[in-house]
Amino acid sequence: MKYYDKLIFELSQNGRCGYSLPECGWDETATDISACLRRESDTRLPEVSEPDVVRHYTNLSNMNFGVDTGFYPLGSCTMKYNPKINEEVASMPGFACLHPLQPESTAQGALQLYHDLSKALSAITGMAEFSLNPFAGAHGELTGLMIMRQYHLQRGDVGRTRVIVPDSAHGTNPASAAVCGLEVVVVKSKPDGTIDTEELASLLDETIAGIMMTNPNTLGLFETEILKIAEMVHGCGGLLYYDGANFNPLLGKVRPGDMGFDILHLNLHKTFSTPHGGGGPGSGPVGVASRLAEYLPYPRVERDDDGCYHIVGSDKSAGRVSGFMGNFTVLMKAYAYILSLGKQNIKKAGALATLNANYIKESLKDCYKLPVDKLCKHEFVFDGLADKSTGVTTLDIAKRLLDYGFHAPTIYFPLLFHQSIMIEPTETESKETLDAFVSVMRKIAEEAKTEPEVLRDAPHNTPVRRLDETTAAKHPILTYFEL
Amino acid sequence: MSFPYFPHTDTDIKGMLERIGVKSLDELYGEVPDEVIYKGDYDLPDAMPEMEIRRYFENLDKQNRRLTVFCGCGAYDHYSPAVIPAIISRGEFLTAYTPYQAEISQGTLRYIFEFQTMIAGLTGMDCANASMYDGATSAAEAMLMAMAATKKKSRILVSGTMPANVIETVSTYAKYHGFGMDVIPEDGGVTDKKSMADELLAGDVAGILVPSVNRYGIIEDLSGLADAVHVSKGLLAVYSDPSVLAVIRTPGEWGADIACGDAQPLGIPLNFGGPYVGFLACRKELVRKLPGRIVGATTDIDGKRAFVLTLQAREQHIRREKANSNICSNQSLMALYVTIYLSLMGKEGMRRVNDLSYGGAHYLHKRLLETGKFSEAFEGKPFLKEFTLRTSLPAEKLHAALAAKGYLAAMPMGDDLVSFCVTEKRTREEIDKLVELIKTVEP
Repeated sequence: MKYYDKLIFELSQNGRCGYSLPECGWDETATDISACLRRESDTRLPEVSEPDVVRHYTNLSNMNFGVDTGFYPLGSCTMKYNPKINEEVASMPGFACLHPLQPESTAQGALQLYHDLSKALSAITGMAEFSLNPFAGAHGELTGLMIMRQYHLQRGDVGRTRVIVPDSAHGTNPASAAVCGLEVVVVKSKPDGTIDTEELASLLDETIAGIMMTNPNTLGLFETEILKIAEMVHGCGGLLYYDGANFNPLLGKVRPGDMGFDILHLNLHKTFSTPHGGGGPGSGPVGVASRLAEYLPYPRVERDDDGCYHIVGSDKSAGRVSGFMGNFTVLMKAYAYILSLGKQNIKKAGALATLNANYIKESLKDCYKLPVDKLCKHEFVFDGLADKSTGVTTLDIAKRLLDYGFHAPTIYFPLLFHQSIMIEPTETESKETLDAFVSVMRKIAEEAKTEPEVLRDAPHNTPVRRLDETTAAKHPILTYFEL
Repeated sequence: MSFPYFPHTDTDIKGMLERIGVKSLDELYGEVPDEVIYKGDYDLPDAMPEMEIRRYFENLDKQNRRLTVFCGCGAYDHYSPAVIPAIISRGEFLTAYTPYQAEISQGTLRYIFEFQTMIAGLTGMDCANASMYDGATSAAEAMLMAMAATKKKSRILVSGTMPANVIETVSTYAKYHGFGMDVIPEDGGVTDKKSMADELLAGDVAGILVPSVNRYGIIEDLSGLADAVHVSKGLLAVYSDPSVLAVIRTPGEWGADIACGDAQPLGIPLNFGGPYVGFLACRKELVRKLPGRIVGATTDIDGKRAFVLTLQAREQHIRREKANSNICSNQSLMALYVTIYLSLMGKEGMRRVNDLSYGGAHYLHKRLLETGKFSEAFEGKPFLKEFTLRTSLPAEKLHAALAAKGYLAAMPMGDDLVSFCVTEKRTREEIDKLVELIKTVEP
């Protein structure tokens, strides 16, 4: 990785051009717009040549680290390999040029894909029906909670305005609940990170709309009392929401529908191999049990008896949550991945992810503090170094990993421990890669004792080093023209 | 069983299980209740090798029909230069996560900073976030933001000339979040500003949402709205296609507090509706109410210029249920499409795109009126690339007849109104062909 300090605006020269467009042969042009509706100010867009643009963004890419670059054990983010065939099929011109409002008869391929992917996700999760419209995990959560509320409202059960969220949950869970107009009730974890069913029992009453759960939870531990929890929540009239952020270890092994969940979202950009794109586009399909299907957001796709696909709505739908029908090309990539897995390979996907996580955990638990020493699923959490005398923090460890060519794990989450290091290797990493990571982690634990200052100043070999985040937040400079 | 994405050999698995201290992969799920382990066969196709996957999608592709697009309605068929896919497909951009580790994410952080600058520049606002999911959700977030940034307000007002799918999305968010939303009727194809002003008198309005170019393609005169809403201590949010903001009056110039919309017209293919990229920009005073990721400039410990995710105290991972928005991700890669597109186009290119679209649209408009099958729906109202006419033909039948001949045009807009759109991609020849075809459609 090489430091490169330009911004595109700094390459700009008056009169230079990077566009290639026909000459304007029309009689009328946008300058005919009346003065009171015309833009007066300069757009301040750069003027650069095409080679400048290509070189600039190539140089920027050289300061970035992706799954294609190296090991990315970012906990709860499931940074698995993003297959290249998926990219290729998703950019086929027949789909890329398809307008979302084309007549159904001219978009049957796209509608079939939407339908087929929904069916495949139903088979994989045990949920009856899906909407593929939500754009991301948090958007799926919000949509799922809207469905939950709509279900209660449609039954005239208007007093269910509270939702239970474990203290170990991802931050989006309580935030999605609040945006959906629900009051958040926090249920505490037991020392091993699983839900305290006694406390849960004391929270359940006729004001509870449901519970949001991540299983395995954010410590990577399976909630073994899930069937009992489902019975308790259903017994009080509530619904169970499954946050699919941690679905990867259950892929090919356990279906949320069989655990009693009524609503779930999946992160196609995690479990189903679509690239994260530096923060998006993702996709957060929502699946529901059959009694909730009519509340799914519209538009939806249905197949008729003649094998034709139609876009439909529903009177009882929770509503529209997107301009069109989701991040469509992301859906294509996820379906390509499912086709590659097929009914055979899917059986191994979750198990190999679990194997990789447990292998790292067992290989490092003598030098890093493992608060809960149990079988984990796709990920697990260390609470910093085992030897607390060095003063070396989780941040130091994370930054030192960058020097050794690895992306850092998720740090300081979950909030249950002070020095959380959350490691998720995924199933697409080889034993050699895991061994190399283990050996670097051991080396860092050793450095913490012998030369802790090297860790406190890390990283040393990256394009930039530790940043002044305080000044960035105190005096925000958010555009080039403020620099 | 061999599978190219799983690197494990049988020997690897055996050795790894030994270190863990279990005998089989199944035993790794020993704590999971047996009743929930799925033992059946998944109802999925047999695993496909790469060439079969390609064939599957090629066959699917044949079920789609590529139409010549004379339709906008929120998704615009602008030209996307060849440079974009070449850069976008670089694994360093494509396969990275959100730039949490700034030291090895300066590429993503820099292009987001450039994107924020360009969106702020186009909208005439002070700052912008790192992008939203799409236009409809950016409008919903703009309204959540208005509710959070104002005091003792209980509802929002949305112009009835906003695109229908945006109104419906905002209405879903309003219903569940628990604030009121009233749709202001239109008057002659534009927002009824008198009716808007009357509603504002009640004093309970957090924000109003109006389009700079509306669902009929009309460029709206938004003068007076900022003052009207500010008097009642609410906010003005303007919804725009940022491509046309290169030439028409900007949200900033209308005095808006928030600008939102969809940046798909800036280099993103139609993609059957997604992924696109929403944007959200605002005045600097409101930046701490702005949802989503924001990138700021700073320095590293050696004094080098660097960029970082900032103002994170606003966000869900810190504030949890107290956050104003639940948004976690952005549409980073789509923001990169836009950033590369605007870098190539520059000031002049954006003018040229709008001149070409304007010229083509006005030519089609004139030719359609000459056929005698159309009349003005909103006499004299200004438009740029999209316009709406009244037709004497049955609208649905006209639309279907054109689609059957390979044109997506004459989008039915209710009653006997139909909408058309012309971008720089449409040639005079294509427009003439469309007009000749329409002449043959029987009533």
